[in-house]
Amino acid sequence: MAIKDRMSGNEAVAIAMRQINPDVMGAFPITPSTEIPQYFSQYMADGEVDTEFVAVESEHSAMSVCIGASAAGARAITATSSAGLAYMWELLYVAASARLPITMAVVNRALTGPININNDHSDSMGARDSGWIQIYAETNQEVYDNFIQAMPISETIRLPIMICQDGFITSHGVSNIELLEDEKVKDFVGEYHPENYLLKSENPLAVGPYGISPYYMEVKRQQAQAMKDAMPIIMDVAKRYEKLTGRKYGFFEEYMMDDAEVALVVIGSSAGTGKEAVDRLRAEGKKVGLIKLRVFRPFPRVPLAEAMCKVKAVAIMDKAESFSNSGGPLFNEARNSLYDLPNKPYAINYIYGLGGRDITVEDYYEIYNDLFIINETDDPGDVYRYVGVRDSRFGERGFDHKKYEE
Amino acid sequence: MTKRLNEAVEIRWHGRGGQGAKTACLLLADVAFSSGKHVQGFPEYGPERMGAPITAYNRITDEHCKVHSNIYTPDYVVVVDETLLKSVDVTKGLKEKGALIINSRKSPEELRPQLKGYKGRLCTVDAEKISMETLGRNFPNTPMLAAVVKVSNVIDQERFIKDMRESFEHKFVHKENLIEGNMKALVKSMEEVKVG
Amino acid sequence: MKTRAKDINEKVTWQEVTTGAEIYEPATSRLVETGDWRVMMPVFKEENCKHCMLCIPFCPDSSIPVEDGKRLDFDFVHCKGCGICVKVCPFDAIDFVKEEK
Repeated sequence: MAIKDRMSGNEAVAIAMRQINPDVMGAFPITPSTEIPQYFSQYMADGEVDTEFVAVESEHSAMSVCIGASAAGARAITATSSAGLAYMWELLYVAASARLPITMAVVNRALTGPININNDHSDSMGARDSGWIQIYAETNQEVYDNFIQAMPISETIRLPIMICQDGFITSHGVSNIELLEDEKVKDFVGEYHPENYLLKSENPLAVGPYGISPYYMEVKRQQAQAMKDAMPIIMDVAKRYEKLTGRKYGFFEEYMMDDAEVALVVIGSSAGTGKEAVDRLRAEGKKVGLIKLRVFRPFPRVPLAEAMCKVKAVAIMDKAESFSNSGGPLFNEARNSLYDLPNKPYAINYIYGLGGRDITVEDYYEIYNDLFIINETDDPGDVYRYVGVRDSRFGERGFDHKKYEE
Repeated sequence: MTKRLNEAVEIRWHGRGGQGAKTACLLLADVAFSSGKHVQGFPEYGPERMGAPITAYNRITDEHCKVHSNIYTPDYVVVVDETLLKSVDVTKGLKEKGALIINSRKSPEELRPQLKGYKGRLCTVDAEKISMETLGRNFPNTPMLAAVVKVSNVIDQERFIKDMRESFEHKFVHKENLIEGNMKALVKSMEEVKVG
Repeated sequence: MKTRAKDINEKVTWQEVTTGAEIYEPATSRLVETGDWRVMMPVFKEENCKHCMLCIPFCPDSSIPVEDGKRLDFDFVHCKGCGICVKVCPFDAIDFVKEEK
């Protein structure tokens, strides 16, 4: 029997951690992920877990603790956000290249400049090429479910994994959730028995060696293969989780896509608001759909492209800038995935929600409306756009397709 | 008020940092959850400073609520500190058929001139007085929560009183006087809230 | 996957390198004949040696073998000829000369 409760996303992640009872947690507090180690410390104080908690002086050290612990053979976890993740940067690559299955709860927050503590995806998107698996959540329920699936994925393929949720929006927002019994979580996640680890005395081991140029590239190629091979493992774990809970997970979720003419691709909590927009537009007879991307790394290039090809125009939503002069990270990869397909849709990028800027159902109306205009006119206009930003050229809503044409 | 299928009842709370508006918002989420509803309770986050104006939100629905944006056209607005009326546009976006609930010793008629032509339902409750009488200290949360439940009717009132007693019995397991004090504050507020 | 250090060389493919470039046995540096790098070489003058063992911990390449409390001649397969042992020897028991190959 599922346990019905209500709580914040941070508490949900902390409960998943308690249920798993990992060996080591190295963490340093940073808003909005602070509550995760805070709740977890309480579980430790109450004797509910026997995890070794290593209080460190920085996130650089937090990740170093996880790397050391994981190499030693322990199940290691951490949690961070924003500048904390940025401070882990060089260690993220070390963890991934050493193929250490560390699980990190990322509570997405903007990177500073100007100083900001609110949500966007610039932190984890910045770390997208560090070799970590990345899974994103729309709701508290999803981040809890994703965290429980994290270790079976990461320990099987031996890659570290980030379980991301939107800072404040789900991390601090209280809503309904169904928890699993502790024993079910423990059974699902299982115990961690790596084949080789530093503390295995009968098998001396060295990790993280110097890799001179005759070897470095082979090691990287193998790491790239691991990310590729993670795809079926993610699906297997999702299927096993569905059997346990009835909740279905995949690389992405298609919402009202079967007969849709236009659609959005979006990551995280904003997908929920988008679904509400779909419901209301559908009630008016408009054939709109939505794709919520759950797994960003590995990028589900082929299935995502196939899903996007169901429509004639697709808006790809980025909650992070790349300053690339060619759109955000999701746009570039999603649009790239369409290149080889004959009936590809128009693909438009919208940068939205930076630094906690809200996106509303009404904003989505504008975007869908715009996609319909593109469909009618067969003219995508400028494909690199913003929504929800004040712009002297446009009216109060900050966006007008027709004016883009000028 | 006719609602779309699963349309949310949306509530916006105005308070000052440290006064417990966020706690009251989360309490409302708790009691609505206990009555079988789907809930959202979320504060608008920024640098938190004692005394600075803060906003918190509730969405209450029958089924899972998908929207994750802030609330711009609330059904109900709750003002935990009436001094905010001078600096914050508390009626902004408030639906015509909604209500504004203010913690004040004044009557709705006395307060209305401060509300820039707001014509909708205006309710006041003297949460400070009720709290002082029942708990001996100024904790406006419980009376404000009760007033919101009374005015909005968003959850069954008898069920609410029963759930709150259980919640207080759990929370104040060794503090009998706080259980009774809070229950008195709750009932008193539901009786005394003035609707104008 | 090639798991033994002796099997790993510049011909192994990406499929054959170990996961995470892990090394599954100790002291694999023995396989690398760093003695080949030597330009200058130390010469052990046993008659002057008091077996004080000061040179042993200073040698960066563990190239001074010890047996039954006595140091032996250098391990020239691994000694790089850095000369640190020459500097630290208090008894002039090590000469340092250009190596003739």
